[in-house]
Amino acid sequence: MGLICEALMVTESTEAGKADNKEENRMIKVENLHKSFGELQVLKGIDEHISKGEVVVVIGPSGSGKSTFLRCLNLLEEVTEGHIYVDGEEITSPKVNVNLIRQKMGMVFQHFNLFPHLTILGNVTLAPVLTKKLNKGQAETEARRLLKMVGLEEKADAYPAQLSGGQKQRVAIARALAMDPEIMLFDEPTSALDPEMVGEVLEVMKQLAKSGMTMVIVTHEMGFAREVASRVLFMDQGIIMEQGTPEQIFSNPQNERTKLFLSKVL
Amino acid sequence: MAGISAWLAQFQADFIQCFIEQDRYKLLLNGFGMTIKVAFFATILGILIGFVIALCNLSGNRILKLIGGVYTDVIRGTPSVTQLMIIYFGVFAKIYWDKWIIAAIAFGINSGGYVAEIFRAGILSIDKGQTEAGRSLGLTSSQTMTRIILPQALKNIFPTLCNEFIVLIKETAIMGYVGLVDIQKAGDYIKSATFKPWMPLLAVAVIYYLLIKILNLGLKKIENSLRKADAR
Repeated sequence: MGLICEALMVTESTEAGKADNKEENRMIKVENLHKSFGELQVLKGIDEHISKGEVVVVIGPSGSGKSTFLRCLNLLEEVTEGHIYVDGEEITSPKVNVNLIRQKMGMVFQHFNLFPHLTILGNVTLAPVLTKKLNKGQAETEARRLLKMVGLEEKADAYPAQLSGGQKQRVAIARALAMDPEIMLFDEPTSALDPEMVGEVLEVMKQLAKSGMTMVIVTHEMGFAREVASRVLFMDQGIIMEQGTPEQIFSNPQNERTKLFLSKVL
Repeated sequence: MAGISAWLAQFQADFIQCFIEQDRYKLLLNGFGMTIKVAFFATILGILIGFVIALCNLSGNRILKLIGGVYTDVIRGTPSVTQLMIIYFGVFAKIYWDKWIIAAIAFGINSGGYVAEIFRAGILSIDKGQTEAGRSLGLTSSQTMTRIILPQALKNIFPTLCNEFIVLIKETAIMGYVGLVDIQKAGDYIKSATFKPWMPLLAVAVIYYLLIKILNLGLKKIENSLRKADAR
């Protein structure tokens, strides 16, 4: 893991946790976000600013809209109402090139979603090559560097079916990083893992956070949230009920729903 | 003993009459070529049409969906011999292309209706997460389709697709209706010329059977090598 640390530390040196509220540092601005699936209202008005280098952890009961919120950020869900800005550009505008927006945002899924017909190297190099971000040689060099960073350099020529859950998820992180994103979104990245594999994935995410990557993480790992988050959002019933530093949320929650939820999970 | 040798003598005489006299075996040989030619081009056309129609059926566009829906509905709801005759005597009545090309087009159009459903099922069988992973990396929907979804879908539908092509080869036996001489029609001619039904028609059956047997063995080999890749 020492290697991971070194490799990541060079990337960027922003101090995580030091949320800066200056306008130019706001990477993501969400205004009055609503999302409905037919009659079902999942998000009922979310306003949120996420600054560069912040690690925002979203917690809350199932069905609270956490994952939907995350998926709206890279437009995997069509927004019903409201606006989202990334780097000052409105991504909810119909004129925007969705593919270019998504190239700025890496996403890691609960079920990994690796491409089973491609090798690990193929998984990591596919997008940079297809989007013409890198040529094949550059992409492979970069992929091997990222695989080394997540501790899976020797698996480059293996296929996803040969990997454990934890290894698959680390490959998925490397695959997302290969597009050199500005923001990383994690949708319950450890929820589908056997308990003994959760640690290795969280470790990679921790190193990533230390390197200054802007991250939005939906998770049920409260210990991880407490340790890594610069800010914790508690979502319930489609809105952000309460937010604050991990200290505030976990040790001194104000909202009754937050208290109830934490009493069940901690 | 006498019965057997009499039967053998008769068999030999029939065989010579049906296949050797007047070089009648050449009829079957040419018919075989015709069957292969028509089936081969119909297969290729069927794949192309099937893929396009499958995409229409899967698209969110209502007009494309309607076109795809009507296409598969009509093709699957009418006999292929009717379609062949409509296309041959109707649609291509004033277009003087080679007969076999018109037949291949007709069979391709027919096969496309079935292949479309196979493609559609294959594409739908791939987990939604694969599309989401592709799109979240910034790939376009067509890049996601061709590089992520289709390679996986094709592997899944390969056996069903092979089955469709075997059905198609046998289906071409109706091309005699529009005056083309394939294996079936060749056998029919020999039967009419010799008044011997058994020998030529059984020969036709044996030729089809062997053709499909050999094709099946080849396709099984390909399928196994695809499956082997799964167990990696």
